[in-house]
Amino acid sequence: MSYIEISNITKTFGNTIALDNVSLKLDQNKIYGLLGRNGAGKTTLLNLITNKVFPTEGEIKVDGESVVENDKLLSKMYFMTEKNLYPEHMTVKSAFKWSKEFYPDFDENYAKVLSEKFLLKNSKKIKSLSTGYQSIFKIIVALSCNAPVILLDEPVLGLDANHRDLFYKELLKNYSEKPKTIIISTHLIEEASDVIEDVIVIKDGKVIMNDSVEKVLLQGYSVSGTAVAIDEFIVGKNVLGTDSLGGLKTAYLLEKIDQTTIPVGLEVTKLDLQKLFIHMTNS
Amino acid sequence: MNIDFNTDRPIYMQLAEGLEDAILSGAYEEETQIPSTTEISVNYKINPATALKGINMLVDGGIVYKKRGLGMFVSTSAKEKILDKRKVTFFESYINTLISEAKKLSISKEDILIMLERGFNK
Repeated sequence: MSYIEISNITKTFGNTIALDNVSLKLDQNKIYGLLGRNGAGKTTLLNLITNKVFPTEGEIKVDGESVVENDKLLSKMYFMTEKNLYPEHMTVKSAFKWSKEFYPDFDENYAKVLSEKFLLKNSKKIKSLSTGYQSIFKIIVALSCNAPVILLDEPVLGLDANHRDLFYKELLKNYSEKPKTIIISTHLIEEASDVIEDVIVIKDGKVIMNDSVEKVLLQGYSVSGTAVAIDEFIVGKNVLGTDSLGGLKTAYLLEKIDQTTIPVGLEVTKLDLQKLFIHMTNS
Repeated sequence: MNIDFNTDRPIYMQLAEGLEDAILSGAYEEETQIPSTTEISVNYKINPATALKGINMLVDGGIVYKKRGLGMFVSTSAKEKILDKRKVTFFESYINTLISEAKKLSISKEDILIMLERGFNK
């Protein structure tokens, strides 16, 4: 049985349909990447899983129970949002203490160790932290709370390259030692693509992909050649899009192709996850 | 061990190959321990499932084996096994590519033989 089961979820805000009849099944102790363009519905989905908003239609179950007003279940999930939900005058140190109230398994020692690694000063007030350090503070809480489910909405917002590197490493170390279900929503696809095991893509409130990264990458190709040859080649194939430059045409395919059947003169290259994503979600 | 991952092939295959290269170069001697799945995962920032899949490829090929409670160790005959395997794939990965590129550039078989001779005499 799936660990997180999202069944026929629709969420509307006034006339806007944020999510449109979304169904998803997520396994326990996997790292998921939740991808989508701005406004696609990623944050709404995470808000629904953690019961921060109610669905217009449909149901979400975690570990077999509905999430609606289920305090016991909600204490098993940590949701790192872009918003800061801590009182602003609070210091980092007291925020760690405070987190223990909601997450009894919160590991203060580990939080301290991580703070030192990220050079976060525990005596600082949360409101005085830069955007990057606000993210770091929230990352540390997420990793230290020992919740079996952690949802990370844009966790690397404002982080420099070194801190992003450290974040992915600490996340993987934490996950290896204490497996948990992790959903990372991010726009930085390239650097997350090897970290995540499965990828979920949302476009205009609908799930258009939910598969293992490995499987998806085996299907993504770009094929270039003369316009005539490309047009002939792509007939009946799953084409995400095409580009033309003079007489040269490139088609982006999401389909496993047999390399031996490619006509002479056509150039085939693999697509990485970011390029695939761009072609899948172009409007 | 330094692996530059690319998008041409699945990461786990590239990892297995990188570990094999490290064994061939002597970085991991026979009967010594290789890094754990967690160490590999953290170091290369790849999902542990991917790292495990790569290591399992080596286990299946008899190149590394598990010592209970200790970790993964390089088999006694690992180098020999890797060499045998690489010789089989040598034709596919190098000779076939060489010939198809040569055809594209209208380089004849005789020209290639001369070039080979020159290469070996360097």
